[in-house]
Amino acid sequence: MSNVVSTAARPATSEMVRRLPEYLMIWVPLLLSAAHLISFSIWTIWISFTPSTLIPVSGWVGLRNYNAVLASRNWQIAFDNLLLFGIAFVLLSLITGLALAILLDQRIRGENVLRTIFLYPLAVSFVVTGTVWSWLLNPGIGIEKLIHDLGWSSFHFDWLVNRDMAIWTIVIAAIWQSSGFAMALFLAGLRSVDTDIIRAAQIDGAGPIRTYVRVILPTLWPITITVVVVQLQFAISAFDLVRALTNGGPGIATQLPALVVYDLMFQRSQLGRGAAAAVLMLLILLAVLLPYAAWRYVQRRQATHA
Amino acid sequence: MAALSIRALSKRYANLEVLKGIDLDIESGEFTVLVGPSGCGKSTLLNIVAGLDRASDGKIEIGGRVVNDVPPKDRDIAMVFQSYALYPSMTVRQNITFGMECRHVAKAEQEKALANVAKLLQIEPLLGRKPSQLSGGQRQRVAMGRALVRDPLLFLFDEPLSNLDAKLRVEMRMEIKRLHQRIGATIIYVTHDQIEAMTMATRIAVMHRGVVQQFADPDTVYRYPANLFVARFMGSPPMNTMPARLEADAGGPVAVIGAGRPDEVRLRLQDYDAAASYVGREVVLGIRPECIAEGDRVFSGATGAPVIVTAPVELVEPTGAETIVLLRLGGEPAQARISPEIRPTPGGTASFALDTRRICLFDPETERLIA
Repeated sequence: MSNVVSTAARPATSEMVRRLPEYLMIWVPLLLSAAHLISFSIWTIWISFTPSTLIPVSGWVGLRNYNAVLASRNWQIAFDNLLLFGIAFVLLSLITGLALAILLDQRIRGENVLRTIFLYPLAVSFVVTGTVWSWLLNPGIGIEKLIHDLGWSSFHFDWLVNRDMAIWTIVIAAIWQSSGFAMALFLAGLRSVDTDIIRAAQIDGAGPIRTYVRVILPTLWPITITVVVVQLQFAISAFDLVRALTNGGPGIATQLPALVVYDLMFQRSQLGRGAAAAVLMLLILLAVLLPYAAWRYVQRRQATHA
Repeated sequence: MAALSIRALSKRYANLEVLKGIDLDIESGEFTVLVGPSGCGKSTLLNIVAGLDRASDGKIEIGGRVVNDVPPKDRDIAMVFQSYALYPSMTVRQNITFGMECRHVAKAEQEKALANVAKLLQIEPLLGRKPSQLSGGQRQRVAMGRALVRDPLLFLFDEPLSNLDAKLRVEMRMEIKRLHQRIGATIIYVTHDQIEAMTMATRIAVMHRGVVQQFADPDTVYRYPANLFVARFMGSPPMNTMPARLEADAGGPVAVIGAGRPDEVRLRLQDYDAAASYVGREVVLGIRPECIAEGDRVFSGATGAPVIVTAPVELVEPTGAETIVLLRLGGEPAQARISPEIRPTPGGTASFALDTRRICLFDPETERLIA
């Protein structure tokens, strides 16, 4: 009993010393990154309202930079591409991930190996993915060449250099990279479904398709929304993949907002406009993340009330 | 007609045999409880009856039809799960009608069946809700509604009350029993709770290590447990079992507990003819705690004077409704249920009345009931 009392009464310094590693590990990096994030965001927002070009200068030009960016063909193409890429990529990676997860969920042999294979692209950096796919899709050295060499000389697959189709090569590479992520989340969701529910459906006489559509998949809603949000924010900020795969080309056919920012800031030395484009990207991101945060908030409230 | 008949059924996983030659015949309208400690194979047996698991050997007939190769949906069964297994994304109404929807029952008929069941279980106000908005007891009712709406040959209940709190469990227990009395369904009910088994069943199958130890009505299981396992499993507190020696004198057989000790207890047994061949041998004597009572108790239906022994008291547990006393009979520990007002002093001695008519004798080798 006495030692319990003594530890409780001991001065708080030893407690501080004991918890010091925790504070150092958590708070220092957290504060540093928060400071970076917030201060540079504010800095960028400020720059976007100045006439800065090569170097940052003070001054106020109102929305001039924004008007210029929004009016530029470069940005318009980037925005259209983002819409197409974002929707196609998110939908297709959802479908691919879900299909892989359902197939893996059939208690097949070698599941661990397959799961690792499907998830592995996530471990590869976007630059590598972009570079590898740029070789694969290059008509001169990649798939088209392979098929030609196999003897089918009329085979045509030149999306990478085709203005209208080049954006789809980015979709393909992005799906290859990240549908494993969707699969992993969906598989976890499928595995967390109570097996008794599936047995109940079996006794109720539901076939496999009806069981999936009516009983199992509806429980995956929360996971689906998480996957969509994560993939969307990747799509919006996509840079390295596109830079390595098409670099916005051919011409500016696969331009995306992040490339526009890079182009304006570091190649055309128009800091103000680049910052304005970056702020526009931030707004698009918020348009996705804020509803998600609100949805999570409502979900949590409902959970605590139930 | 036998609603369910199981012949020489066994189930093996690799080299582990979980069911060893089960034979059961369950009549139509019976409430059969499969009871046993966890791991005894009772749930596996139920799953095999449901068709969710396959038997390694043996034959299963439901309503006179061999169903070994019939899928669950065509076995004319309904099942209530321990976790309730309600479809989380569907409303209560959809949960109940989902099976009929799968079987393409006409809409009007579905509505009628749903209305009947909802009325029977008093869940009409819940029909529009999702399972996540229901309490444990309400989920339990919906799960039963889903089974009832099918009107099957056989209801299978897999530990349906074990997720409920104690009070609700007792309520639902009565409700299920009432339901059985009202609709006269054939029910197979799995539980590890021997009180549930005793209170609800018309017949109990006690299982242990993949074998049905005894299959009889509750009174028989309680009064004449087929072996030591059943004797010790059924009843709370369980039957007292202790080594004893069977002797005989002019008046018939006498069981001696702690033979040779100064405090040996001699119990004269009447109508134990089956034990004649055990005279002069060691046996295991079983006596229910309620057959040991305070010294002045008169047991109901007793003709002669009860056997009175003075025994040391070790521990006293008042429960309110009665007092449980741990005492020593001829040196062997035994529990007694005595009147709540009487509190013997631990460490002292007290006199106890023994109801010797209900003593069970077991063979110490085979552990089977002798008489």
